[in-house]
Amino acid sequence: MEQLVSYTLDSTLETVDHAEEKATRIATELGFGEDEVLQISMAVREGAVNAVLHGNQYAPNKKVTLAFERTAEDLVITIRDQGKGIDLSGIPNPLAPENLLKTSGRGIFLMRSFMDVVEIRPSQTGTEVKLIKHVHGSSVGHKEGSQ
Amino acid sequence: MSMKLSTRQVDGVTIVDCSGRITLGEGSVTLRDTVRDLLSKGNKKIILNLGEVNYIDSSGIGELVSAFTTTKNQGGELKLLHLTKKVHDLLQITKLYTVFDVKDDEAAAVKGFK
Repeated sequence: MEQLVSYTLDSTLETVDHAEEKATRIATELGFGEDEVLQISMAVREGAVNAVLHGNQYAPNKKVTLAFERTAEDLVITIRDQGKGIDLSGIPNPLAPENLLKTSGRGIFLMRSFMDVVEIRPSQTGTEVKLIKHVHGSSVGHKEGSQ
Repeated sequence: MSMKLSTRQVDGVTIVDCSGRITLGEGSVTLRDTVRDLLSKGNKKIILNLGEVNYIDSSGIGELVSAFTTTKNQGGELKLLHLTKKVHDLLQITKLYTVFDVKDDEAAAVKGFK
């Protein structure tokens, strides 16, 4: 696996926008199509929102790590926070009729809708979210990213 | 591009023309404040024209839901107009498309209020 680039970011709303922008740029540089670039950038945005809001809870001393890696078959994006760890059993299904009109709780669902694989590993020292998008066809290049 | 809103009145219906992004932070807050302000002034027939909204995240979806339920709870009615493909697809996968009253024609949407 080749690490393209990694960022350490503050727990701020600006980080959410920056993470989305970086994902858009890297996915575009790797040759993903317009729809897939949008899916990847939205999934990263949702992951960053969770890291900043629910994980680090805007704590100025806690950081969000965002890493992009390219394997032969995948773009792998890892988002880590330094929070208390998400309780996966407590996440309701946003498509259940009783939850449809809730105003939150769709972030992980959207990540899973947009990416091929989503792995969430909570721990007491933070949560790691791995977002994987398979590379389809030969149009996706293997280009080095830059910070 | 941040979110911009402007309101206009058509036959007793308030149309909120939205453009830009409805996302966590400023965009969501702007929409929330606008809808609450309209309701507080007695404007309870509301159309959100999303024709120029090119991006929405889960917080933005939550804000649309909040606007819809807040309006309904105050005896009003809120419709969505001119969804872009991106917003349309998001409402489809979140199963909200059939929850909202979605219209493609402004005149018909205005006439459709009770």
